[in-house]
Amino acid sequence: MAEDIMDRIKKDIESNKIILYIKGTKEQPMCGFSAQAVAIFSQLGVPFETRDVLDGSGLREALPQHSNWPTFPQVFVNGELVGGCDIVTEMYEKGELQPLVQKAIAG
Amino acid sequence: MADVAERIVAALKTRLNAESVEIADESAGHAGHAGAMRGGGHYRVTVVSGEFAGKSRVERHRMVYEALESEMGAAIHALALRTLAPDERA
Repeated sequence: MAEDIMDRIKKDIESNKIILYIKGTKEQPMCGFSAQAVAIFSQLGVPFETRDVLDGSGLREALPQHSNWPTFPQVFVNGELVGGCDIVTEMYEKGELQPLVQKAIAG
Repeated sequence: MADVAERIVAALKTRLNAESVEIADESAGHAGHAGAMRGGGHYRVTVVSGEFAGKSRVERHRMVYEALESEMGAAIHALALRTLAPDERA
């Protein structure tokens, strides 16, 4: 079963150009940090997927192991961990996130 | 037992040779929400360390999480992090 969830994470990260693992949903984030990450990507106006780590499927336990990253949200662009809320916010404020995201969408 | 903020500062200074660590306890602002029910604080931390030079943001944050591993689970609920090399200070 542990294998299944690791496979699911890998497939999701590979098949979605932008995916955010958050607490709650895009429409209703359950944590301020997750809400902020969602707000930034909404602001960028690009399509992105989210997964709810509180959905009881074991994501909350498995993802930190997969990414070697203990907290949520976790933002992946083109299969790479970009970071959590602080990194994404800092990159957005410095104008570094937009080009990264545009490149991923175009690529 | 020293308070959690002091332990965070001490751990970062020792394990990452941090030149400076600024920490703000923002736990009060989050006291109500569901995730905070288990206890554990919210902290905003700015770390300046020579060991961050040449490292990506993800690598730097991992270094901080690793340095704080023994505190992360129980005592820290969330960490807002800024990681700077000495020459990146504003």
